[in-house]
Amino acid sequence: MYRYDEFDASFVSQRTEQFKDQVRRRLAGELSEDEFKPLRLMNGLYLQLHAYMLRVAIPYGTLNSRQMRKLAYIARTYDKGYGHFTTRQNIQFNWPKLEDTPKILEELAEVEMHAIQTSGNCIRNVTADHFAGAAADEIADPRPYAEILRQWSSLHPEFSFLPRKFKIAITGAPNDRAAVQVHDIGLQLTRNDAGETGFVVFVGGGLGRTPMIGRKVRDFLPEEDLLAYSEAILRVYNRYGRRDNKYKARIKILVHETGLEELKADIEQEFEKIRFGVLRLPEEEVRRIEAYFAPPPLEVGAATSAAVEARRASDAGFAQFAAHNLNPHRVPGYTSVTLSMKPIGGIPGDASDAQMDVMADLAEQYGHDEIRISHEQNVILPHVKLDDLPALYDELVAAGIAEGNAGLITDIIACPGMDFCALATARSIPVAQRISERFGAAERQAEIGELKIKISGCINACGHHHVGHIGILGLEKKGEEFYQVTLGGSANENTSIGEIVGRGFSSEEVVDAIEKLVDTYLGLRSGKEETFLDAYRRLGEAPFKEALYGAA
Amino acid sequence: MKVVTANRLLSGEVVWLGENGRWVERITLAGVFDGKEAVAEALALGLASKDRQEVVDVYEMDVTVEDGVIVPVRLREKIRATGPTTHRDLGKQAQAVSA
Repeated sequence: MYRYDEFDASFVSQRTEQFKDQVRRRLAGELSEDEFKPLRLMNGLYLQLHAYMLRVAIPYGTLNSRQMRKLAYIARTYDKGYGHFTTRQNIQFNWPKLEDTPKILEELAEVEMHAIQTSGNCIRNVTADHFAGAAADEIADPRPYAEILRQWSSLHPEFSFLPRKFKIAITGAPNDRAAVQVHDIGLQLTRNDAGETGFVVFVGGGLGRTPMIGRKVRDFLPEEDLLAYSEAILRVYNRYGRRDNKYKARIKILVHETGLEELKADIEQEFEKIRFGVLRLPEEEVRRIEAYFAPPPLEVGAATSAAVEARRASDAGFAQFAAHNLNPHRVPGYTSVTLSMKPIGGIPGDASDAQMDVMADLAEQYGHDEIRISHEQNVILPHVKLDDLPALYDELVAAGIAEGNAGLITDIIACPGMDFCALATARSIPVAQRISERFGAAERQAEIGELKIKISGCINACGHHHVGHIGILGLEKKGEEFYQVTLGGSANENTSIGEIVGRGFSSEEVVDAIEKLVDTYLGLRSGKEETFLDAYRRLGEAPFKEALYGAA
Repeated sequence: MKVVTANRLLSGEVVWLGENGRWVERITLAGVFDGKEAVAEALALGLASKDRQEVVDVYEMDVTVEDGVIVPVRLREKIRATGPTTHRDLGKQAQAVSA
């Protein structure tokens, strides 16, 4: 994995020192809240409903055991014993004190971590496929490119005051697990006929109050042009993006209002000016960064494991886990294991300090010291030997993180919602918990199959509801929480924005409504292989609408 | 009827303006203000405290008083006054019922 060079280490420690001084000046009254707020946000520190919240960056969702242990330590020492993994592969602490945050940032810097680019109108932390470097379907590991983008974008002076925040996601596999088409820039690694590596480039995707699918601007961007082309996009956005209205300031609105062809021409024109300049990626530099992400030495083994098969036959819980929480590894004899942060009835994305320590230990013992955070708010051990699975599973059971529900109806994405967030209009987590309890029985979940429910507690859509197979948006109506349901969304390589199915539901009604939708699907699917999303795409909304509201 | 609320600068703790003009950490101890002038006066006290770097995010909010108990009108403020409904062991709801 990537190691900081002197430059990285020095700017992180400089930033920590600066922030320490800014906090001191704030407490001394030399800085007003209006002056201090943008500074604290540049260091990931928000003020939420009950307390401050610190969002710590986990660039492209990759960390090692030492870093995970540090997060556990911070949760235990400076917070209330837990952290919350987010839909941008980061972690949030919900209860830090302002006076402690400089110290927390120092602790993080010790393990090459920080809270830079987790807030504000800058290029945010780049996100990537959580199975990067391990997945069998991968063309190439996207993380070296994510790291190159990080080095380019961190504290980029020209892009520190963009019209609005800017998010980049990258996937190295044709099966998109990084939701690239709903990012400001989405990159999909590809190879051309000559076998050279490059990127399909999407621009102007996003969720929030105006969901849009990214538009393809390049079928093949050569590797060497990655930074120059990204810079060209950012320059065009920085120049023409709207600054008069916060809600129309994202690049998706610029794409929409300017028109794709004109914007593409602007980008290409800017690109031509700079493509042969300092941003052209030297081949040897890409290979040098790539070496940091070299996979651990893995011995090729048998594609199946007798130990796993034996356990599968004798233990239903293990069988369920093995059926859903494993992703095919490119090296036979290995697998990528999802540790579900979605216990039945639990809080999506929460992990206690003790669980974080256990995950760090297990990553060392069974996973070559590699850990990933997924945007679906789970934790992944990317390189686990199949033969080690039974032993690993036993440890996960003991730690309460062995739910075999990855990709199933209880593997729900939910934003913090009104239980924590100052912007929320309704609660998200309690709805997720009640759905999880309703469908929690192992057989029932397995019978339903792949079904992604995503819940946001306000229109800003941190819970990705627009791209949920079933999306739930919490709003406030006459002082009461009420929930709008969308159907047919998806964030994979066939991205679609869900459609509102009809009038919303009260908090009491919403779980019953979800159950009606699920029962309708089960009754109409052509067979067990037809997923909820496929059935919805085949049948359209009519039968689902009728189930919810009766015949028109 | 209104109360004036804020977060403490140092800890982020949710507070309300008490009748004596000091911040209190339980809504039950908040001062309730009725009428435009009384609310404006209380808000001015709160904002002066903000200028002294004691609190941030000062604003007024609607409450009702039921059997002598102050109850926020909006759910958001109810949750702020008690703590996350998802973590009953955290926030004000988890602390001893004392000032």
